Amino acid sequence: MPETVKLRFGEAVNAALRRAMETWPEALLYGEDVAKPGGVFGVTRRLRNDFGERVFDTPISESAIIGSAVGAAMMGRRPIVEIMWIDFTLVGIDQVINQAANVRYVSNGALSAPLTIRTQQGATPGSCAQHSQSLEALFAHVPGLRVCLPSTPQDAYDLLLSAVACDDPTLVIEARGLYAGEREEVVIGGPIAPVGGSRHRQHGSDLTMVTWGATARTAAQAAQALAAEGISTDLIETVWLNPFDTDAVLSSVERTGRLLVVHEANVTGGFGAEVIARVAESGVALRAAPGRLGLPDLRVPAAPHLSAAVLPTADRITDAARRIVAGTPVFCR
Amino acid sequence: MTSHQPAEIGDLAAMQRIRSFEEKTRELSLARQIIGSVHLSIGQEAIPVGACAVLQPQDAVFATYRGHGWALARGVPLAPSFAELLGRSTGLNGGRGGSPYFSAPQYGFFGENSIVGAGAPIAVGAALAARYDGSGRVAVVSFGDGATNQGAMHEAMNFAAAFSLPVVFVCENNTYSELTPIAEMVGEPELWRRAAGYGMPGSRIDGNSVTTVRDAMAAAVDRARAGEGPSFIEAMTERLVGHYIGDVEHYRPAGEVASAWQREPIGRLERELVAQGVTEAVCRAAVQQAADEVERAVAEALAAPLASAEDVKEHLYA
Repeated sequence: MPETVKLRFGEAVNAALRRAMETWPEALLYGEDVAKPGGVFGVTRRLRNDFGERVFDTPISESAIIGSAVGAAMMGRRPIVEIMWIDFTLVGIDQVINQAANVRYVSNGALSAPLTIRTQQGATPGSCAQHSQSLEALFAHVPGLRVCLPSTPQDAYDLLLSAVACDDPTLVIEARGLYAGEREEVVIGGPIAPVGGSRHRQHGSDLTMVTWGATARTAAQAAQALAAEGISTDLIETVWLNPFDTDAVLSSVERTGRLLVVHEANVTGGFGAEVIARVAESGVALRAAPGRLGLPDLRVPAAPHLSAAVLPTADRITDAARRIVAGTPVFCR
Repeated sequence: MTSHQPAEIGDLAAMQRIRSFEEKTRELSLARQIIGSVHLSIGQEAIPVGACAVLQPQDAVFATYRGHGWALARGVPLAPSFAELLGRSTGLNGGRGGSPYFSAPQYGFFGENSIVGAGAPIAVGAALAARYDGSGRVAVVSFGDGATNQGAMHEAMNFAAAFSLPVVFVCENNTYSELTPIAEMVGEPELWRRAAGYGMPGSRIDGNSVTTVRDAMAAAVDRARAGEGPSFIEAMTERLVGHYIGDVEHYRPAGEVASAWQREPIGRLERELVAQGVTEAVCRAAVQQAADEVERAVAEALAAPLASAEDVKEHLYA
């Protein structure tokens, strides 16, 4: 029976993992420091105690972690592996892009790799350039791979379960900055949704704001600030980048005629470019040039005041929104 | 026919089946009926045939893009294999895989791979699954000498050894890493010696002797099935053809290939069988029967329609 509990973002991930392990006897949970230590962010605590050998620690070997998940998944297991930081997925990226995402198509559907890779990203104060990247566009580019980015405890719970239930390889990108956030009410034990969809966080008529992941909460703050000055924002959080809810974006833009996409990833080649391209291709008439706000094409600087100077803050988002409403193009690079 | 026919007659036919399949494949490729890059294993047939002889149906085999022989040795039928190369509707993978991605899980063949060394972590995962599913499965992964220099191989071997997983790592050392001699690319050319560093047994064997391969594999598979962990077998062999069809092999010393033909596994087994008293006629009959089977299969594949493009977008997602 569903129940409502108060959980932080990281605790909601833990609750989802617990339910996944209970729901699917074939589920395995492993990665670096996830079992006995309970994860460097504490997200996998107590699961080793409760699920025994199905939860285990691995060598520091991202290629072997992801690759073994591909092989185990092909054999009927349902592995959930943690890659501690998304930056480290690059160490094992062959196994994600060339292998996991490839299995079903080249075997003509005879094989599949239902594995889930959990990782986290986003710049937090003092995190260095190899621990701060936002790489979602890299993975959303790859056919065969499902990608989602939760930003609330409820979505951290729901999307992870959707990912584990899915028979495709799925990347769940959590937001490190949110793990230890406030406790919020989370319904646990409810139905598990199929992958896909988006969240309509705020209804408005002047501007469509599209965001996901680490900037979703900042964008919501910005939308509230804009409301106070009379700019009504339609805020859509596209929690899945693959499958992407194009219809939700288009139906909003049809109403508002204005579009701002906000993400923390570098602007060039970021998924914001894809969102704007889809709107442009649709032929929806816009009242102003669309804009995207992200990290300018930089490495993330380590010093907190330097990274704060370039990341999309609520102030920068409201400024970009004002410019679009005023008909002034936004150049974020 | 003699009344006494040793089991190796079956090995002879199995190796010839692969040889004929690949010779026909080369012919179809040069005639531009098979389009795209194809990597043949002519000369290396004793390794998959010897290795697969000791496997059971639940075991999982992973190979490289030079892996047609492993698929066939696992029992994958010839006609759908040709059909895959020819892009036919009856192809193993509906034309989506092609030469370097044969897969047929119903035969315990979980796929070729065209990324050097990438199959090893996946095989380790198949072995990992065996810990939980009670299948008693052993995973076998073959790879070339060049693959041993890939990071993924190192991660996979350590991972398997750390958890005593039932994996047999089979290095098919044909002495060339694509176009470059392996000896020039390593500090220790006896690759099997690396196994000790991972805490697993390693051995270097004559990979052109099907019986030697079978014996070494039997020991490694028994060990794996008994829960004693992975093994590394370096099977020495020689590639009698280029890295790919069309490779002129300018990098190989004069006479090397001609010399290698004196040691190739099919003729060698025939000579051994004759020395044991099997008549040449019996050997020739086994070889001819395998060659005939290949001819019938290719005709069947060529008679099938091309794979339909109507469903080309299907099978990407569940």
